[in-house]
Amino acid sequence: MTNEEKYANAFCQAFDIEPEAAKNLTFQAIDAWDSVGHMGLVAQIEEAFGIMLEPDDIVDLNSYEKGKEILAKYNVEFA
Amino acid sequence: MTLDDLFRLAPYSLEASQKEQVLSEILSDLTRRHYANCPEYARILNALSFDASKNHTCAELPFIPVRLFKEFELRSVPQEQITKTLTSSGTSGQAVSKIFLSADNVRAQSKTLNEIISSFIGKQRLPLLLLDTEMIKKDRSMYSARGAGIIGFSIFGRNSTYALDAEMNIDLEKVSSFFEEHKNEPILMFGYTYMIWQFVVRALEEKNISFDARNAVLFHIGGWKKLKDQAVDALEFNRRVQSRLGNVKVYNYYGMAEQLGSVFVECEHGHMHCSNYSDVIIRRPKDFSPAGIGEKGLMELLSVLPTSYPGHVLLTEDEGEILGVDNCPCGRKGKYFKIHGRIKSAELRGCSDTYEKR
Repeated sequence: MTNEEKYANAFCQAFDIEPEAAKNLTFQAIDAWDSVGHMGLVAQIEEAFGIMLEPDDIVDLNSYEKGKEILAKYNVEFA
Repeated sequence: MTLDDLFRLAPYSLEASQKEQVLSEILSDLTRRHYANCPEYARILNALSFDASKNHTCAELPFIPVRLFKEFELRSVPQEQITKTLTSSGTSGQAVSKIFLSADNVRAQSKTLNEIISSFIGKQRLPLLLLDTEMIKKDRSMYSARGAGIIGFSIFGRNSTYALDAEMNIDLEKVSSFFEEHKNEPILMFGYTYMIWQFVVRALEEKNISFDARNAVLFHIGGWKKLKDQAVDALEFNRRVQSRLGNVKVYNYYGMAEQLGSVFVECEHGHMHCSNYSDVIIRRPKDFSPAGIGEKGLMELLSVLPTSYPGHVLLTEDEGEILGVDNCPCGRKGKYFKIHGRIKSAELRGCSDTYEKR
């Protein structure tokens, strides 16, 4: 799996959605992505890439795209 | 200065004179915003003949009683921007307040809580033991203040483990294996004061069981009223927590559902501190004029966070006193204070005070 696929998959697992629905998603745009779902998403992303996000980054992770920027800090690269 | 500028400063860095300038500017802006967008709030200001177009000092800004959030649905953004409606704790028979939150407001709350709490424990995420039940997050349509507090705190932890089962019994097996697994690293615990007392400390005492954490930090919130009835004060609480859980540094903090995020943490010297994001003004009950240092009165709380509802300047039903400004031996700048508890005839409303076993 590419990093992009792994990343999208984390959203699918966390929110029970299709990969297409994950792109362009923003915090609280769907019921599943509320504060509870947010921690579930963080757990999925951390597991997928074997990393641990800092609290700042957990707060800043407010959209699919923003998450990719944040992951760059953890040496996760997207083509 | 704006909220974003504040985020670039350490959370306890502003001295009184600077802070008055910064907060009066941000809060006057918020007052204008709510005046323009919340018709009920505008009517209150009109009735007071308050000129929102000008900047005012913090003490001049009109405070509204927290009770209004029970009686009215106050919001300053269109309904479609409200992504969460937070309901405050309230025992049966008491009205609940409804706080309408936009995604931006929620984010600012998390960011602020993060700045404040990480100034105490650092930015690393520690294994987290939540001294509550997982049930609290099961019903997500009911976003209670208690649940929101737990979820909000979860960003500081990893391997989040709930210590209590659905019936509020301590899950000894789960708790033992949590302590065992993390015995060689610092751990973090979070819970509500009364729940910790009743379902952790008292429960362990009855079972005569103790744990031996080597390096733990506990943050607790939620009110002391029920414990005061049992003649338990902070020192006694800390001592009994430590005798059951081990080497635990205990931090009590104070906050309201109406101003989630900009919480007040008690420092090592037992003083509650205002951060850059909040302030306290003590009001004399006779005429609501601001009281001096060491003078008891009603607590007015200011927060720079509320943007989607007019909760930036609130009069609480708590009594307190300012102990000092900028000169606490812990080094944190800003006002520090003491809370004396609810005024008489106020309703019970702390998260831990409103818990009733069914």
